[in-house]
Amino acid sequence: MTSTAVTPRPHGVQHRRLTVLLVLLGAVVIGVVLSITIGAKSVPPADAWHALTAPTGTENDIVIRSLRVPRTVLGVLAGLALGVAGALMQGHTRNPLADPGLLGVTQGAAFAMVASIILLGASSLLAYIWFGLAGALIASVGVFALGMVGGRGGPTPVTLALAGTAVSAFLYALTSAIVLLDEQAMDVFRFWQAGSIAARGSEVVWQVLPFILAGLVLAMVNAPGLNALALGEDVARGLGQNIALTRTVGVAAVTLLTGASVAACGSLAFVGLIVPHLVRPLSGTDHRWLLPYSGLVGAALLLLADVIGRVVAPPGELEVGVVLALLGAPFFVVLVRRRKPVRL
Amino acid sequence: MRLQAVDVKLGYGDRTIVDGLDLGIEAGTVTTIIGPNGCGKSTLLRALGRLLRPQGGEVLLDGKRIDRTPTREVAKILGVLPQAPTAPEGLTVADLVARGRHPHQTWYRQWSSDDESAVDEALTMTGLADLAERPLDELSGGQRQRAWISMALAQGTDLLLLDEPTTFLDLAHQVEVLELVRHLHGAAGRTIVMVLHDLNLAARYTDRLVAMRGGRVVAAGDPHEVLTEDLLREVFELDAKIIADPVAGTPLVIPIGTHR
Repeated sequence: MTSTAVTPRPHGVQHRRLTVLLVLLGAVVIGVVLSITIGAKSVPPADAWHALTAPTGTENDIVIRSLRVPRTVLGVLAGLALGVAGALMQGHTRNPLADPGLLGVTQGAAFAMVASIILLGASSLLAYIWFGLAGALIASVGVFALGMVGGRGGPTPVTLALAGTAVSAFLYALTSAIVLLDEQAMDVFRFWQAGSIAARGSEVVWQVLPFILAGLVLAMVNAPGLNALALGEDVARGLGQNIALTRTVGVAAVTLLTGASVAACGSLAFVGLIVPHLVRPLSGTDHRWLLPYSGLVGAALLLLADVIGRVVAPPGELEVGVVLALLGAPFFVVLVRRRKPVRL
Repeated sequence: MRLQAVDVKLGYGDRTIVDGLDLGIEAGTVTTIIGPNGCGKSTLLRALGRLLRPQGGEVLLDGKRIDRTPTREVAKILGVLPQAPTAPEGLTVADLVARGRHPHQTWYRQWSSDDESAVDEALTMTGLADLAERPLDELSGGQRQRAWISMALAQGTDLLLLDEPTTFLDLAHQVEVLELVRHLHGAAGRTIVMVLHDLNLAARYTDRLVAMRGGRVVAAGDPHEVLTEDLLREVFELDAKIIADPVAGTPLVIPIGTHR
């Protein structure tokens, strides 16, 4: 056996992977076009282009620029963030059922929002989101610290998951107590919990953008280390990988990505659970491809679900979180039944 | 000495397993550590491979403290294969072996021609070139173990630590793996340290045996000198006869016990 049979491999594989990347990018672009043109008021593509390039203040221009564009951009950002965070989370925990909320991020955000309402009298969307972000970060840091207690050389996936579950349950109890006592908090919480990217405005996009970008960069930096970790901690250590650092960067990335999207859009963690399963048959186990693919599929999926939510129940809308759960759950069942969930 | 443990104290948390142990591994030898379950042989191997930080004493790699050398630099000199490693499902042999190049890669330079040739060479050496595109979970136990060794080889180190590379393998596959180990040693004079359970195979494929009990080294040296009836009684609490292996002339352990 000569080595010639082996050598062509990476080039062919590389080519295929780039093709898939382009196809997924195309899917996101289609999602963006649909999201901008379809809604309670459908806008022909020509008018949409007019609104984006040379607005003259027509009704369509206003709808597109002040409502559809921020909504679409937020959908792309949140989809990217949750897809990547889900793949990171499943990779770090080697658990195919891990979702980005496992570190207590979601409940941290929820608690901080309702607490800010009753304790500090917060009353604007921007304020809720700042508090949500802070709550997500604090909860995650707390879970990470708890997960380290008694552990040697950094937290393990098991201690992290246990600490995350405990902290989430505790924060959920506090949140429930608050919303039962305070009507305004209840309204905000109900609206937030359903999960939506509508009516956020461009300020919210700018608010979460730096966090999501930072999270995406950290995630890609984390990818090679995660590939080593996928072979087990001892093998990774043997390959010269600093385990504690890799875990910390991974948790930081998940926290930034999930925290930002959850604070802005509510609970959409289902995207993070389901997307990596869709992507793995395309990407294989290499996180350098799994992460970007997951981000793109997450974005396309979120936009598509949002568009569906706009048209199924006229004249009203269904929140994207509801659509995702309604469509995603049966789909996930089919997926699990057809292809046994892979061991990570 | 390539690798040296100096007065090391090893354990997990409050539990000390090895205390005050000294051991040196000479360049270009195949050394096997033997001993009963729980004697600390895997713990020692983990410490030699800096997977476990000693609670006392030090481990020296080429005369330098291993814990003061950046772990990525160590990974270019020393390869470790832990006990029963697991890979994500669907990972192909070629992908697994390619991950052995991890210490040579940076985030901006992920794949070079050096990586390419190291992977090709490792696959060829382990006889896996034909199976390169097969998922790991479709291989036999022996092939899978060869794939893991191949990954450690692709790392490009001339010092290899293998923790029970033959566990869960039937006899034919055990021999297959140990033949490979011997071949790796012969081909490039690699220094290899293993932990093995099978004493007869250890005697056959090893230059130097290290027998441990209760966290101490009881005897170390040529298999003929180490593997004696007295030592088996002392280390394994086993009554046995030693005869010469009719094929290789190395010591062969025949347990006494009861028999039909």
